[in-house]
Amino acid sequence: MSNELYANLAWLPQPPADFRNRCRALADDPDADGRHLASLGTCALNENRLRQLAEAIRTLRARDRSLAPLTPFTLGVVGNVTLEPLVPALIGSAPRHGIALECVEGDFAQTVQEAMSPDSRINRARPDAVLLALDFRGLPLASGLYDEETARGVVAAAVAHVDALRAAFRANGGARVIVQTLAPPPESAFGSFDRIMPGTVRSLCAAFNAALVESVRGSDDVVLDVAALAETVGLADWHSPRQWNVAKLPFDARFLPLYADHVCRVVGALRGKSRRCLILDLDNTVWGGVIGDDGLEGIVLGQGDWTGEAFLDVQRAALALRERGIVLAVSSKNDDAVARRPFAEHPDMLLREEHIAVFQANWNDKATNIAAIAEALSLGLDAMVFLDDNPVERGLIRETLPQVAVPELPDDPALYARTLAAAGYFEAVTFSEEDRRRASFYADNARRLALQGQIGDLDAYLRSLQMRIVFRPFDATGRGRITQLINKSNQFNLTTRRYDEAEVAAFEADPQAFTLQVRLVDTYGDNGMISVIICRPAGERTWEIDTWLMSCRVLGRRVEHMVLREIVMQARARGIERLVGRYLPTERNGMVREHYAKLGFRLAAEADGATTWELDTAAEPPEESMEVERAGFDLTPA
Amino acid sequence: MSLDDIYQRLTEILREVFDDDTVVARPDLTADQVAGWDSFAHLRVIFTVEQAFGVSFAASEISGLKNVGELAQLIAAKRKG
Repeated sequence: MSNELYANLAWLPQPPADFRNRCRALADDPDADGRHLASLGTCALNENRLRQLAEAIRTLRARDRSLAPLTPFTLGVVGNVTLEPLVPALIGSAPRHGIALECVEGDFAQTVQEAMSPDSRINRARPDAVLLALDFRGLPLASGLYDEETARGVVAAAVAHVDALRAAFRANGGARVIVQTLAPPPESAFGSFDRIMPGTVRSLCAAFNAALVESVRGSDDVVLDVAALAETVGLADWHSPRQWNVAKLPFDARFLPLYADHVCRVVGALRGKSRRCLILDLDNTVWGGVIGDDGLEGIVLGQGDWTGEAFLDVQRAALALRERGIVLAVSSKNDDAVARRPFAEHPDMLLREEHIAVFQANWNDKATNIAAIAEALSLGLDAMVFLDDNPVERGLIRETLPQVAVPELPDDPALYARTLAAAGYFEAVTFSEEDRRRASFYADNARRLALQGQIGDLDAYLRSLQMRIVFRPFDATGRGRITQLINKSNQFNLTTRRYDEAEVAAFEADPQAFTLQVRLVDTYGDNGMISVIICRPAGERTWEIDTWLMSCRVLGRRVEHMVLREIVMQARARGIERLVGRYLPTERNGMVREHYAKLGFRLAAEADGATTWELDTAAEPPEESMEVERAGFDLTPA
Repeated sequence: MSLDDIYQRLTEILREVFDDDTVVARPDLTADQVAGWDSFAHLRVIFTVEQAFGVSFAASEISGLKNVGELAQLIAAKRKG
């Protein structure tokens, strides 16, 4: 069901299998601090796990351990509903928003007493804020067959009641109040006519919510829009008569993690923890396809195509964020000029270079790029959100730059924009003229930064991917995909020779040709076929590498080194002593000009930009950096 | 899924819900034998069980449960039918 995105906090990665043990271990680890809590907390935690994390926090506090760098916040919690399950959920949800939360609980259904009495538990604690968890049953909002005037009076009295509570907590406890809008029950008295009849529960809740917002506007108090949250997941799912009747739970317990996350977003916003910058990947994130391979004509964007429209939704979402002051940046693995072309020339692009403050398109790793973006914008890493369709890139940033928020994305691009919005990284409690202008403070001139050094241990991350490379000669099963790759690959393509399916079949059958179709599997799944090799005899004991192409999606993982290793070992097994590689320059394959140089070939000839390279197969091949699987060869390396 | 498997999963669930590695799901285990098994915990147990076993309980089915054994039987019956 589509509300699972919300109920399961699907923008957060799954917790580790040993989550409970990790929580326990925190108490005994002398180095454990708020960062570990944030790391464990930035996962999709259900109610049980939130309680486990809350327990770990309780233990750390009991042992006087510092929870820095989390910002402390004391929240009073009162209401007409059961508070017991709320409190651990709130405490466990706070670390992912940079907050170390302490809760002071009011006695059940003693809201008025807690507010009015200066000696109450909550007022004595002088919390930073009080959450007024009142639902429609906890207010003097009795429904009836009223006329409009009577209904107005009922609503006004209910709002006055809340106003009095707010004033009392402020005066007696020095606290601002977080008030909640009301989620009406799905049942109606008349049906559609409920909207017209002023005294129905539905009408009264709507009128109350509007009046409450008016009353809070301009004050220091804050609205938690429970009505919107409940409508988003569906009132029928939100309200559980059984759970209210049995345990006075105001909503189905399955939404406890979601509710707690929303409260903590507001608390985080009050402490300036909301994110300020959205960093966008480009290929398959803001358009469909790969600009370097597919070109302007080939990328999927708009034009009534439903995938194309999905990517436009991502762009619209980014622009809307920018409009309210969120800074936009780009981090893409692409040639800079190639990546900018759609921004400048594609008629369906909504994002233009002038909307982007920093534009990093290069072949360096994204962690180094994102760290540079943060520094250039003078924003902390904890102000960044990074949107990328590629789970390997997401994993790299989560591991190397854990303060950056990296939402999980579903397979379907149609849900990217919705998932980003659901994550609520940019929650606000105020909005000023200064906020509106903030994005332009960064002079959106799509700056390009020079990178210094490298962040993080890339090799360790690559090892953690548990990659397995699979080598096969050309065969009938792979023929279609091989032909497709040969014809559509433009960037990582040394010679850009195009062959049709019949010619590919001829290579399959040719005993003199050595061919490879290469697949890559990693911990995130099967990347499919990502490289194609064709070698032909070219003189005595020599192979010329006729075709070497690779998908840019697997750049930076030493796949090309493993491929060379395989070519060398297979060549040796067949008595080949020399490999010859050629680079034929095109408009698009500039990125592989130094490919053979990087792999240790020596330059043998050069003419008009085309280069010829040589390597002795007796030379030491690149070392093995991942697991290898082979199938279908009649002669295999020893 | 055998009754043994059900008890094994129930043990995992109880340990997860009560954050206690010593709990073991036995037929005669009752709520008052487990620290913290109050009415809220009971709802968490039921919810976690529903999610883990892919079943759904009516209020009437769970209100009369006397011990873990009866819960296990109920799960077994739900998964069969």
